[in-house]
Amino acid sequence: MSNAATTTGRAPSVYVPSAEALATVLAPGDRPARPSALGASLTFGWRALLKIKHVPEQLFDVTAFPIIMVLMFTYLFGGALADSPRAYLQFFLPGIMVTSVVMITMYTGIGLNTDIEKGIFDRFRTLPVWRPAALVGMIFGDVLRYVLAAVVILGVGLVLGFRPDGGLMGVAAGIGLLVIFSFAFSWVWTFFGLVLRSEKSVMGVSMMVLFPLTFLSNVFVEPSTMPGWLQAFVKANPITHLVAAVRAAMAGESDATNTMWLLLWSAGFVVVFGTLTMYRYNRR
Amino acid sequence: MNKRTTGPAIEAEGLTRSFGKTRALAGMDLQVPAGTVYGLLGPNGAGKTTAVRVLATLLRPDGGRARVFGHDVVAEADKVRARVSLTGQYASIDEDLTGVENLVLLARLLGLRKPAARERAEQLLAAFGLTEAGDRQVKKYSGGMRRRIDIAASILNTPDLLFLDEPTTGLDPRSRNQVWEIVRAVVSHGTTVLLTTQYLDEADQLAGRIAVVDHGRVIAEGTPGELKSSVGSGTVHLRLRDAAQRSDAEKVLQAALGVPVQLEADPLALTARVVGEGNDLAATEQAARALADLSRAGIVVDDFSLGQPSLDEVFLALTDHPAVPADERDEELEAAR
Repeated sequence: MSNAATTTGRAPSVYVPSAEALATVLAPGDRPARPSALGASLTFGWRALLKIKHVPEQLFDVTAFPIIMVLMFTYLFGGALADSPRAYLQFFLPGIMVTSVVMITMYTGIGLNTDIEKGIFDRFRTLPVWRPAALVGMIFGDVLRYVLAAVVILGVGLVLGFRPDGGLMGVAAGIGLLVIFSFAFSWVWTFFGLVLRSEKSVMGVSMMVLFPLTFLSNVFVEPSTMPGWLQAFVKANPITHLVAAVRAAMAGESDATNTMWLLLWSAGFVVVFGTLTMYRYNRR
Repeated sequence: MNKRTTGPAIEAEGLTRSFGKTRALAGMDLQVPAGTVYGLLGPNGAGKTTAVRVLATLLRPDGGRARVFGHDVVAEADKVRARVSLTGQYASIDEDLTGVENLVLLARLLGLRKPAARERAEQLLAAFGLTEAGDRQVKKYSGGMRRRIDIAASILNTPDLLFLDEPTTGLDPRSRNQVWEIVRAVVSHGTTVLLTTQYLDEADQLAGRIAVVDHGRVIAEGTPGELKSSVGSGTVHLRLRDAAQRSDAEKVLQAALGVPVQLEADPLALTARVVGEGNDLAATEQAARALADLSRAGIVVDDFSLGQPSLDEVFLALTDHPAVPADERDEELEAAR
């Protein structure tokens, strides 16, 4: 790591504002046309990529964390729940992929909260661009992180013996569904990132939501072994639909019912939490 | 002088805004003419930042209304945004990104294509003496450089109105002078600048008109000259060689200036406020005469200074309470989010 001193290393030559130089930049030019909604969002997405470039440490949570999750649960439960870790993995890998990626979505809220804390959003909010662009762009950047995490988990799975029947297409379709859901689910966290006062409280709320949501599902075991009231919850849980759909896709089958539910849930998250987020974002 | 705009840049009437129990704005009225630097002067917690945030469309007022170039800041926020820029008290720049990246990002968001955005960024960096630092992350910049890149980002689109919220707080004198030069250049090219500051000196240097803000209200308004003469043009500080001469000096000064003279705790020191009102002579002229009278009376003066009234003195004169920095600002910022 470079020496991250707080100020410049060498003494810079003294800056003397020159009237001519300032005159050239202050001459009012033609105002360019306002960028399109997509253009502005992509530009904000580019900002997210630049941040990854400058602070690559932030990829730790999408690489190391998923690897640990896969290894830990495969060997912890594999022997007990299936004949062997390898056998369990055929069932479990799509589920742990969903769990890890959905858990990573909470960093969207934490990142937004930090950005606002630092003041940069004051500038974004005074720009005459499509209002949701800053947030959409931020989530675009996060989508890249989701894909990366999914690929890392898939890699670890393949090494450990996961063999998806769906082949490349099936796996790609599964990851695609997961990314669609995660994009939609991120809007829950942008809302909390705006409403809650500190990074810590965002983290706290995220954990409180994510743990029950991911564990009380069909990720780890078949719901048929659970008591009836719990089965009812598991059945309604969007994560269950997502896992079922991803599993089917990776196995080379298609699960139209669960895929439909998952897309409905995704649309619902965007509509409800996207609206709430923009309401909070505009009204402060 | 300003062809881009006619009419006032800002008109605000009775703006109010509360954060919990704190009334940050308690009925603020403002009239800012276009093409000038307008100073909002007041201590921390006076409501300056809240006023700027409302006018820059970042915060909705609870009551009252404000128009920027004729556009309502709430109903026509987008039209206002197209014409204003804000340099906040805290970095409105991404510290993780380099100087170039920050400017290119914002230029692209304003609609420039990539090559044009790049060119504009290079131009701005050159004009602000940051070419060399362009490829470094902003978090590695010094305080003065940070301010400059922040202002550079704010004039990317040559706004018609630029908000500068305490642009020199925390800067060393040299960096402060650089910022002042930049502000003068910006306004000479037709941009209206609304500047908040805690320093009378700064408002005096830059602003054509000043509004003194206290408890969310404008308590005095005028040109720097008008404000100062309402308060007194300054304070004379004297230090004598011999403490025994102090009572004589007091009499001489009182006669020369026609104001009460204060004896300081230091047995050698005296101070007196030079009042502009009811006296045609400039403060310096009065002080010079007083000094001559002292020397004629055989009183030896070791040290003499004529200072501008401090913000404290302005406040004392206008409100009968000193400009105590309230701890409201943090609350305000906290609640503003």
